[in-house]
Amino acid sequence: MESKKSREYHRAALRLLTGLLCVWFGLSFGCSILLRDWLDAHAPTVGHAPFGFWMAQQGSIIGFVVLLVIYAWGMNRLEERFRSDEEGK
Amino acid sequence: MSQAFMNYLFIGLSFAIYITIAIRSRAGSTKEFYVAGGGVSPLANGMATAADWMSAATFISMAGTVAISGYDGSRFLMGWTGGFVLLTVLMVPYLRKFGKATVPDFIGDRYYSRGARAIAVVCALFICMTYIMGQMRGVGVVFSQLFGISVPAGVLIGATIVFFYAGLGGMKGITYTQVAQYLVMAFSYTIPALFIAFMLTGNVLPQAGLVGETVNGVPFLDALNAINRELGFAEYTAGKLSKLNMFCITAALMCGTAGLPHVIVRYFTVKSVKAVRVSAAWTLLFIAVIYLTAPAVGAFARVQLIEALNETAQADLPAWFGAFEATGQMSWEDVNGDGHIQYRGAESGEPNELIFGTDMMVMANPYMAGLPMWVTALLMAGCIAAALSTAAGLLLVLSTSIAHDLMKKILKPTLSDREEVRWARVASFGALVVATYFGINPPSAFIAKTVAFAFGLAASSFFPTLLMGIFSKRMNRAGGMAGMSVGLLFTFSYIVYFQFLGGTAAEYWWGITPEGIGFVGMLLNFAVAFGVRVCTAPPPTAVVEMVERIRLPEESA
Repeated sequence: MESKKSREYHRAALRLLTGLLCVWFGLSFGCSILLRDWLDAHAPTVGHAPFGFWMAQQGSIIGFVVLLVIYAWGMNRLEERFRSDEEGK
Repeated sequence: MSQAFMNYLFIGLSFAIYITIAIRSRAGSTKEFYVAGGGVSPLANGMATAADWMSAATFISMAGTVAISGYDGSRFLMGWTGGFVLLTVLMVPYLRKFGKATVPDFIGDRYYSRGARAIAVVCALFICMTYIMGQMRGVGVVFSQLFGISVPAGVLIGATIVFFYAGLGGMKGITYTQVAQYLVMAFSYTIPALFIAFMLTGNVLPQAGLVGETVNGVPFLDALNAINRELGFAEYTAGKLSKLNMFCITAALMCGTAGLPHVIVRYFTVKSVKAVRVSAAWTLLFIAVIYLTAPAVGAFARVQLIEALNETAQADLPAWFGAFEATGQMSWEDVNGDGHIQYRGAESGEPNELIFGTDMMVMANPYMAGLPMWVTALLMAGCIAAALSTAAGLLLVLSTSIAHDLMKKILKPTLSDREEVRWARVASFGALVVATYFGINPPSAFIAKTVAFAFGLAASSFFPTLLMGIFSKRMNRAGGMAGMSVGLLFTFSYIVYFQFLGGTAAEYWWGITPEGIGFVGMLLNFAVAFGVRVCTAPPPTAVVEMVERIRLPEESA
């Protein structure tokens, strides 16, 4: 059976995943597709590019890279913590 | 020094590098053949995966597609990078922890069923074959332009080279060759873009040029929109696809990416799950270097093409136009008989006289800008690197699927390690022969249409099935298999009906194109799987324990 520690680890991992995927959805489907027209009209332009258009062609991709860096850092830290807990037992 | 000489020099040099690397890192064991012995550094693996992932289509066609369709082209930009995020956070670390070499392996074990494994093998083979045919064709076209030989001869040369290092070197040889290929691709893509950005906008960075002003002080995108409007095209920043389609296609591309077997398998080559995460972040960074440049390249190419050709008299046509006309990439017909080219969109009400393939945009860019010869030669080398690296990676997955999943796991379980590698080499040769055949005799309409297939099928079969296998402990054999079959059949029939049996756009369900239907198929897969699961027996304890195990961090060494 799963130990309490491993359940907690998995839950913490899921929380991180959910957070990252919400941002992922917001960047791509949110800003770049669903809210795009509104953002083009109301948000400040990036250089001379309308905001929604810029998000679709540049911003979302930059955001994705940042997400993966956070993911690698966050998950590896979670793992370290889980390991030191295991050893301390 | 002539352009041809320069092309030979650059391509010859890059080949010498690839082949040297392939020979120096020959595979000796099954493990080296499939996963490079598992000891590649995260950075090197990141570069190799980026080269594997970016195919000739990405390298050559993507910027062209963005140039033609403006905002609508974003579906590829976001779909292929955003999908990579899904792949990394939802799939790869877990499958890596599971520790077997292939995706059908996981599906077969997780759903404790040979039937599920067989379905997965068929999907993997189909997806990879579809992909590799396009690559071989791409290699052939570039070689034929380069050496002035026929396309079939070009395909044959390309196939020989791919076989040489994929067949001999296995994953180890491929990985290190791909590192070199990534570097060639990155330089050859960005250097021309830097030159052109500086010429058009005064900005060295293409990304800054895109949002900046032209040398005349007008915002670049406004100028582009004005040109488009004037010639009767939709505004560049507007786009024509409906929101629903844009959503579905982007989603299908993203989920399809996350289910592509040849990318998933890349992460079995690094040392630990921890290294996998770092490696994936590197990969996306390397991919982003090219993806962030592509929209700028597309936009610049459009402006240059129109400025160079529109309203130009026949006598004043630039020399490169003739070269592209000769290979059939561009053509014009003087419809109104005034001796000038008129390039017009649908809304202008005037006949359009200029026809060109989207693929030539990137290739023609340096010519249009009048860049030095070595830039063009570098770009040629980059195109070939893109096609070869992807073809080699795919070939490896194909041969693994046949040798490991089909022969060893389903047909002949007594196969020894050595026999398996021999099978893999035979299989990669066989697959290459088939791919070469289709590269030489392309069912041309077929290849373009099957791209929708590869992503749609991956999105509606692999992605949901893997996801439920990892994140739901209660998902059982009946649920998984029912979901996979329904998702697959639905998507397959929809695409076949509309692409091959003459279905018309008016008959689309909710107006969704075959490109985007994989997303609907995916939802169906989830729904059916959960429905069936509720009424059937839970999975055995051993499987539940396996799922619990792959969620935990690796035991420290």
